[in-house]
Amino acid sequence: MSGLMQEVTAKALKLNIPLNVQLDLTYRCNERCVHCYLDHDDHGEMTTAEIKRLLDEMAEAGVFILTLSGGEIFVRKDLFEILEYARRLMFCVKLKTNAILIREREAQRIKELGVESIQISIYSHRAEVHDAVTLVAGSLKRSIDAIRFLKSQGLRVVIANVLMTENMNDYAGVRALAEELGVECTLDPTVTPMMDGDRSPLRLNIDQNALQKVFRDPALVGNVDEFCAIPAKTQESDLEGLPCSAGHTACYVSPYGDVYPCVQFPLPTGNVRRERFVDIWRDSKAMNEVRSIRLKDLTTCPQCSHVATCTRCPGLAFMKGNMRGPSSQDCEKSFARTGILSANMLSKRRTLPTLVQIRVTSDLTRVMA
Amino acid sequence: MSRLYLARNPRVAARALDGEMMIMSGRDSNLFTLNKTATILWQAADGLTPLDEIVGRRICSEFEVEPSVALQDAESLARDLASHEILQLSEHPIPQFNGGVAR
Repeated sequence: MSGLMQEVTAKALKLNIPLNVQLDLTYRCNERCVHCYLDHDDHGEMTTAEIKRLLDEMAEAGVFILTLSGGEIFVRKDLFEILEYARRLMFCVKLKTNAILIREREAQRIKELGVESIQISIYSHRAEVHDAVTLVAGSLKRSIDAIRFLKSQGLRVVIANVLMTENMNDYAGVRALAEELGVECTLDPTVTPMMDGDRSPLRLNIDQNALQKVFRDPALVGNVDEFCAIPAKTQESDLEGLPCSAGHTACYVSPYGDVYPCVQFPLPTGNVRRERFVDIWRDSKAMNEVRSIRLKDLTTCPQCSHVATCTRCPGLAFMKGNMRGPSSQDCEKSFARTGILSANMLSKRRTLPTLVQIRVTSDLTRVMA
Repeated sequence: MSRLYLARNPRVAARALDGEMMIMSGRDSNLFTLNKTATILWQAADGLTPLDEIVGRRICSEFEVEPSVALQDAESLARDLASHEILQLSEHPIPQFNGGVAR
């Protein structure tokens, strides 16, 4: 984040302005990614008119960065009408898409509308791996074709590579592909539970060994010694910090109008079909509860040596049952990075049931595993 | 003397934050924040009102400044903003102006 963006964010935080909103236009999708956290049925998406009204309200509330995502945004027939309206309201618009419906004409229109960037999911440089994640044959080729169309328009494209068991050996190949295409590339080694709480996608998370390898790759993290350093002693001021931007300067709106602190934090705070966006943002009890939490208020983390440097996601903690609790996936990451167990991991070790019980039955000693 | 017309570049993103404009360049995604005077120029840049009128109506009424000095400063500021492609400048009205509604 640039220095000026940090200043602006600090100002927005002070003024309670939702600077950054992700709006999912649909959960429908033309891919079926094995790790996806959404169900793809339409349960009553907002209409074009409802979305336009919401955009008016968001502009009024001070939203500046508007990320349009899904599902796949290009399955909405009114996408360009929405985009045009959003740009007329002068949002900084970012798109998240698999891009397989973007051809030359769409790329040109996106350019004309002044979209800031387009983030495209690529899971591997190899079609057999990428297409096995999306479950759509030919999807890698179509996404790469789209990247070329967008680049030829001079647009900023970012490849987003989610790392999971299916593609864990291919991230270097994806980075090389990004370089060849002249686009940026991000890597996220976190597969999240589904929004309805189903935790089955977590089976795809990469293990400790793979995480350690990723965190020790200088091409990804820069200075490995610095990135993987043992955390410094926690200062009292660290504990006054905020867990993340969710509910502070950022929030999420679902295709059905539900407002959450973040796409990964499905705590209902209100619905824009019933209330004004700004009223939910300012007055929702749930949003204000999220907003009130400081690191010192968490249940386990204040005692953890990682507290000041951890990437703890309050949404993942919430989906595990307690928004003030630890986020185990981030504990795993802190451990993989530094080799130091988190307070949460230590407490679990202490409470693990004894694996070997010795029970005396008359004069016979049996060992039960 | 020719008059100068200014219009908001429709390719930028913009939003007011505490009375000052945040502008993201459409060219390179650089972020700018405009001070109070630049914000007045931005908000008045409708492509149809000449700069001297904007200065007379909006700047001289707000600040204690000589009109000629204010116009000179405002023109310099407008050219600076145009160099970053935040504003469009022309010696003629910009009737095709399709600038957005920044709140």
